Amino acid sequence: MDFGLILEWTIKSLILILILLTGFAYTTLYERRVLARIQVRVGPNRVGPAGLLQPVADGIKLIFKEELIPPGADKWIFILAPILVVVPALVITAVVPWGADVTLFGRTIPLSIANLNVAVLYILAIASISVYGIVLAGWSSNNKYALLGGIRSSAQMISYELALGLSFIGPILLAGSMSMNDIVDAQRGMWFVVYQPVAAVIFWIASIAEVNRAPFDMPEAEQELTAGYHTEYSGMKFALFYMGEYVKMIAVSAIFSTLFLGGYLGPFVDRLPWLGPIYLLIKIGIMLFTMIWVRATLPRIRYDHLMAFGWKFLLPVSLLNVFVTAAVLVLMLPA
Amino acid sequence: MFRSIREIGRGLAMTFRYMLTKPVTYQYPEVKRPVRPRFKGRHVLKRYDNGLEKCIGCSLCEAACPADAIFVESAENTDEARYSPGERYASTYEINMLRCIFCGYCEDACPTEAIVLGDNYELSFTDRRSAIYTKEMLLEPVPPGGKPTPQVTEPGKFVRPIPIMSDPTD
Repeated sequence: MDFGLILEWTIKSLILILILLTGFAYTTLYERRVLARIQVRVGPNRVGPAGLLQPVADGIKLIFKEELIPPGADKWIFILAPILVVVPALVITAVVPWGADVTLFGRTIPLSIANLNVAVLYILAIASISVYGIVLAGWSSNNKYALLGGIRSSAQMISYELALGLSFIGPILLAGSMSMNDIVDAQRGMWFVVYQPVAAVIFWIASIAEVNRAPFDMPEAEQELTAGYHTEYSGMKFALFYMGEYVKMIAVSAIFSTLFLGGYLGPFVDRLPWLGPIYLLIKIGIMLFTMIWVRATLPRIRYDHLMAFGWKFLLPVSLLNVFVTAAVLVLMLPA
Repeated sequence: MFRSIREIGRGLAMTFRYMLTKPVTYQYPEVKRPVRPRFKGRHVLKRYDNGLEKCIGCSLCEAACPADAIFVESAENTDEARYSPGERYASTYEINMLRCIFCGYCEDACPTEAIVLGDNYELSFTDRRSAIYTKEMLLEPVPPGGKPTPQVTEPGKFVRPIPIMSDPTD
């Protein structure tokens, strides 16, 4: 294990975390501006040129807020829960390939932090840990409504994780490997969204449900469950939940772009390798816009409809997609 | 089922179209929305065209105010120091803006149309004492062609507190 490799990993991780945290801050601003334009008004545009310092102002406000731990709450779990939500969200992006290999200082540096050969399995496994954080948050708050919100949210997330996992299988079958780098390489001919439109749509719907965003945001329904599982949180702990949600949005958009939209591939990316991350960022931006657009348009889905949709529609359709893809590949293989 | 997908698509198309329209927000301090007619803003004590104040210090506005915001003290006009036509003028006229509810009853009660509610809505104070607006703050500037008060006038000219109307039906 040479020192150069460790240094490379450390620097890449630091850069990625910085990018994710800045991205989270500006995603909140992006969302507020896009939501505002859809509602025929202008979003925040006062705090810096065109509102660009608004996330800084929000962060400073949250730091100044009083941090209250409710009496009767299980103190250590109450503090641990936001961490259990944020850390998996940040860690999922470790397997996303941000570009082709780059040569710097005489070393070939791959632009992903870890090129796991079971990267997809890693993503599914780590995403499930966030569910744990949400349940603990609701339960340790010593508040009936927070508990209900936490339980509802965890039930929703584990139901949609099944459809999510099955929709991953389409690109895996087409690429022949679970490694994200191999999946991107297999899309050099044609993006997988063309070969697997059903899987792409199911992945997208299931990931919006995973992230607990509208129209699937019943657990944090501001108007109904008084903010659900994060009712009792204030100040920086609340900021961590908020961060978890938005970083998960970014991570899920990155994974969708890698699996279905060709990742860092685009015109001229072989000759100019630094275009790779830029293409990926553009694709992530477009997917984030779609998430915000859907939030602005659709009403919240009632909880029983939500569960019925996940179990009775998405799961069978994604299973069907797996069978059809596998059958087509087997029949086409000798040819 | 395909119909519901089509309806969701129509909804998304509509929000996309709305995104492309111009926002209706007024960017406030740079652009201000014009004020409607008969808008009840900050009070103004009016003057006649020759510069004399319309207010005769009768305190009908003080009596009419439901919030007890107006305070009036009157004094006698002399021809050497004339503030308003007639015998009396308001020597002290204060309105407490924190009590005022901007109802316009003082405007309705005034016999000479001296106190009116004008267009200014951008009021702010930093302490309670500075919220009491005095006569100097409320009085309108002298119109062109008039002289500032107190004026020196010839005796016998401004005897009536309310001037004779040239056309009563106007």
